[in-house]
Amino acid sequence: MDKQSEVVVFGTWASPYCTRVTLALKLKGIPYQYVEEDLTNKSELLIQYNPVHKKVPVLVHEGKPIAESLVILEYIDEFWNNCPKLLPEDPYERAKVRFWANFYDQKIAPATLSLIKCKGKERERAIADCEELMKVFEEGLERDYQGKSPFFEGENISYLGIVVGSGSCNYQAFNEAVAVTFDAEKHAAFVSWVEDLKAHPLMKEMLPPHDKLVAKIRHKFSLSPEPQA
Amino acid sequence: MEEVKLLGTWSSPFSYRVLWALELKGIPYQYTEEDLYNKSPFLVKCNPVHKKIPVLVHGGKPICESMVILEYLDGPWPHNPLLPSDPYERAVARFWAKFADDKGTVIWTMFRSTGEEQKEAVKGSLEMLRTIEDLALGDKKFFGGERIGMVDLAFGALAHWLGVFEEIVGIRLLEPESFPRLHKWTKNFKEEPAIKENLPDKDKMLSNFRCLREKLLASP
Repeated sequence: MDKQSEVVVFGTWASPYCTRVTLALKLKGIPYQYVEEDLTNKSELLIQYNPVHKKVPVLVHEGKPIAESLVILEYIDEFWNNCPKLLPEDPYERAKVRFWANFYDQKIAPATLSLIKCKGKERERAIADCEELMKVFEEGLERDYQGKSPFFEGENISYLGIVVGSGSCNYQAFNEAVAVTFDAEKHAAFVSWVEDLKAHPLMKEMLPPHDKLVAKIRHKFSLSPEPQA
Repeated sequence: MEEVKLLGTWSSPFSYRVLWALELKGIPYQYTEEDLYNKSPFLVKCNPVHKKIPVLVHGGKPICESMVILEYLDGPWPHNPLLPSDPYERAVARFWAKFADDKGTVIWTMFRSTGEEQKEAVKGSLEMLRTIEDLALGDKKFFGGERIGMVDLAFGALAHWLGVFEEIVGIRLLEPESFPRLHKWTKNFKEEPAIKENLPDKDKMLSNFRCLREKLLASP
């Protein structure tokens, strides 16, 4: 493979947004070079490739950089339009997956993040907000996918599986690090979809290791290892 | 041909993104003005998750979120495409469309706030405009190149709503001396017939948003 057609991913091992990209490349069988970034000491290259946000992930292909995980996923699917396809062919089905990917990124992910910083009564409210959003998410997906898992397309992980799974499959590490318990019975369908995803060999290969991730989350948000009162 | 309906509001730039796209592509549609203080059962049925406009209904099937709708339109109506055909150019367009959605809210913050919060929002807005002028637009006539594309529609609020907000709060952001290329773009954008003939009345906007600002500042 010549230099220009090389694929390089700039990322951090604990970031679900970066996992999305490497998952997609693996799924499609695209070889790539991975560069682990230290976000406390960003490389010149990262800043050059993503001057607007200076964030990971960045995909560089044929020397040209692309930032924003969902934008990268669509690029991967369009440039390497071999099977398996990440997004559905039908425009209406594509609109559906984009809608839910946006919902996850704009509603679920931020609510989960804000939960980390809360204590006491505020935390209870934050948990309730997360559960309410999860309810809307799960019911909406059940409606749109007639009860089937939205995270698989046949035997392959689907676009939504990549987008949601990259974060949600780490739920046990998150719960342990943040000392929170969500009522799994309230979201039985969602939990079963996530468990199926976790069991997929590709997910198993690409997800960060549990203990390492727990330690990382605790460190990043200055959380004590003792359980919350 | 399957029927196209657009649920929107006359003062929303998100609503107009879709309306402009339909006009640019010459797609016949039926428009329904929604009252957001008294949402129609049809709107709630079409968008049960957010209960927001715009909603596009094509052949009875609803699509929500303005940028999701714009991405959708090139599928059934590939003529006058909103996105370029090259995968890398498409990625660049999507990046800026996302930027418009993620960062554009700072202008709304400037509009609905006062004091320190507004000062921060003004600073943020100017930084955003600088990024857009230098990195997104550059020397192109439109963000889409020679023709209006999805990114132009995504930034459409800058061409018409920003001026209204500036007048109401008495702060000028998009000065021609500071942002000559972006300023020229607002003129080119609004000269395009599909846009020019589909802009909310400026006086009506001033009155409406002035009222809205008062309400927002008065509430706790």
